[in-house]
Amino acid sequence: MNFKFWLSIVVAAAVVALAGFGVYAYHPSLPAMSAAERPSFSPEVIEKGRILAAAGYCATCHTAVGGKPYAGNYPMETGFGTIYASNITPDPETGLGSWSPAAFRRAMHDGVDREGAHLLPAFPFDHFTKMSDEDVDAIYAFLMAKVAPVRETTKDNALPFPLNQRVLQAGWKLLFVDFGRYRPDPGKSEQWNRGAYLVEGVTHCGACHTPRNLLGAEKKGEAFAGAAIDRWIAPALTADNPSVVPWSAAEFTRYLGTGAGVYHGIAAGPMGPVVHAGLRELPKSDLEAIGAYLGAGIGAPATDPAANPAVLASLKAGRPDPTYRKDLGERLYATACAACHYNASRIVEGRPELAINSSTRLADPTNLIHVILDGVDAKNGMGGVVMPAFRHALSDAEIAAVAAYLREKRANLAPWPDLAAQVARIRAEGAGH
Amino acid sequence: MIDFTVNGRNVSVDVEADTPLLWVIRDTIDLTGTKYGCGIGMCGACTVHVGGRATRSCITPVGDVAGTEITTIEGLDPAGNHPVQQAWRHLRVPQCGYCQSGQIMQAAAFLKDIPSPTDDDIDAVMTGNLCRCMTYLRIRAAVREAAAALRGETTNG
Repeated sequence: MNFKFWLSIVVAAAVVALAGFGVYAYHPSLPAMSAAERPSFSPEVIEKGRILAAAGYCATCHTAVGGKPYAGNYPMETGFGTIYASNITPDPETGLGSWSPAAFRRAMHDGVDREGAHLLPAFPFDHFTKMSDEDVDAIYAFLMAKVAPVRETTKDNALPFPLNQRVLQAGWKLLFVDFGRYRPDPGKSEQWNRGAYLVEGVTHCGACHTPRNLLGAEKKGEAFAGAAIDRWIAPALTADNPSVVPWSAAEFTRYLGTGAGVYHGIAAGPMGPVVHAGLRELPKSDLEAIGAYLGAGIGAPATDPAANPAVLASLKAGRPDPTYRKDLGERLYATACAACHYNASRIVEGRPELAINSSTRLADPTNLIHVILDGVDAKNGMGGVVMPAFRHALSDAEIAAVAAYLREKRANLAPWPDLAAQVARIRAEGAGH
Repeated sequence: MIDFTVNGRNVSVDVEADTPLLWVIRDTIDLTGTKYGCGIGMCGACTVHVGGRATRSCITPVGDVAGTEITTIEGLDPAGNHPVQQAWRHLRVPQCGYCQSGQIMQAAAFLKDIPSPTDDDIDAVMTGNLCRCMTYLRIRAAVREAAAALRGETTNG
C-alpha cells in the first residue's frame, strides 16, 4: 500500500509537472491577418521603426548574401547546426504579411511565432523581450510599410534530433531567459538607463560579446566578458578589455557612430555591419547613452587619453629613427660609386680600390674632393674612360660623408677634420681641370 | 666641336663642354634608349659604356668624353641579342621598363670584369641601379643567367 501510495504520488507529480510544462510551452496560433486588416502607420512611427530596425541590424541576419533585403535564408552557423534566418518581408505567404501587430510583439517578446511554435534563440528574443511595446510596434510598422514583400520560402534548418523539436525550446527559455520589459535602475542616471535599455534590448550587444554555455545561452555571470563569434573575437566590454587605453563613453559613442575610434581599432568582421548597417542610424543622444552605459561598465578614468603614457610611447616608437641616416656616406657610396668602383677577388685594372688609393690616405682630403667634385675626363687617368662629376649632384655634406666613409671605414685612418668646409672651399674654386 | 664615337659611328657635336653627355645622346644624337632618371648619378637609368665602362651619363660632362668610344643600349648588340638582353627577355625581367636599359648596360660591363659573380657581388655592383618596380630579384637572376651564358654554360637563372 505504501509503495503504491508513493508511486501514485510520484506519478501524479510527474503528470502535474508535465502538464505544467505543457501549459508553459503551449502558445496558441494567432489568427492570420488579411490585407484589409493591415493597420496604417504615421510617417513618424515608420521612421522610428527604420532607426530601431537599423539599431538591431535586423537586415544583417535576415538577408542572405546577394539576396533581397529582409527575405531571410541567411545561414547562421551555430554549434548545433545551421539555422536559416526567416523571411520578415511583408509577403503574406512566406513572410510576415499575415502577422498582426500582436503576433509580431509575441515573437519579439516571447520568442513564439504566429502559429505558436517556439523560435530558436539564434533570434535574440532574450534581448528583444526588454523592448517596449511602442518600439516593437514601430519596427513592425517599418517592416510592413517600407520593406518590399519578397516571396521566398525559408529553408529548413539543419539541426539534429532532438534539437529540432521546437517544444523543447520552452525548456531552454524556462532555464535561461528572464522575460519582461526593461526595468530602469533608479540609482542610475536617465542617460545610463537609456543606454542600458538599448544595449540590453534592441542592439543585443551581449549576443556576441557575452560567452555562452553548453546549451548556447549567454552566461549571466559573465556579461560582456568577450566571446568568439563567426571566427572572430568579440572583445570584452568590461574592465578586462585588453585595450591599453580604456574605452571611454566618448570613444564608444564615436566608434559606434562612425566605425572607428581614435584610440582603438575599427569596426571590422562581424562588427562591421553592426555599425555600418546599424547603430550609426541612431540619434546622437542614443549613441551617447550607449557610450555612457558601456563606458561605465569599462570604468575608464576621466583622464585625457592623449596624455596616456602608452599613447605617447606608441607615437614615439612609430617615428623614424634618425640614426638610420648615420651611414649616409656608406649608402651614398653604394649608390653613386660602387657601380664602377667594384672588385671581387682581385683588383681589375682601372677600378681603383679606394682603401689603398693615395687620395684616401693623404693627410689632406683635397685630391679626393677634387675628383669627386669634377670627375676624371678621358684625357686623364686611364685613357678612354671617365669618372662622372658630382659637383651638381651631391651637396658639400654628402661629398664629405662619402669621403669620411672612405677614410674611416675603408682606409681605417684617422678622420679628416672639417670635411664639409673643405668641400665647400674647393667647390668655390671652380672646376679645376 | 667635340668628337667621339657612339656605337661605332663617329660623331661630332657642337655643344657646350659642360653639357651632360645624356642630353647629347638623347637630344643631339637622337638615341633615346638611354633614360633620364634622377639627374644626379644616383639611379643608374642613364648608364652607358664609355671605353667599355658603365658610366652615368647624366653627370658626365660631354667635354670629358672627347676621343672616347661610347656604347648605348642601341649598340650593345646589333640584333639586341647580347647574352644579358637574352637573359632579360627569357626571365621577363622588366616591369615598366624605364630603368632597364641602364640595368642591362651596367650588368654587361660588370660581367666583363667579374665573369662569375656571387649574389653579394651582384648586389654590390647593381645596388646603384634603382628599380621602382622592385624587379631586383629577377634582375639578379638574369645577371646570374647571363653570366653562365657568357661562360658557355646553361642555366635557368
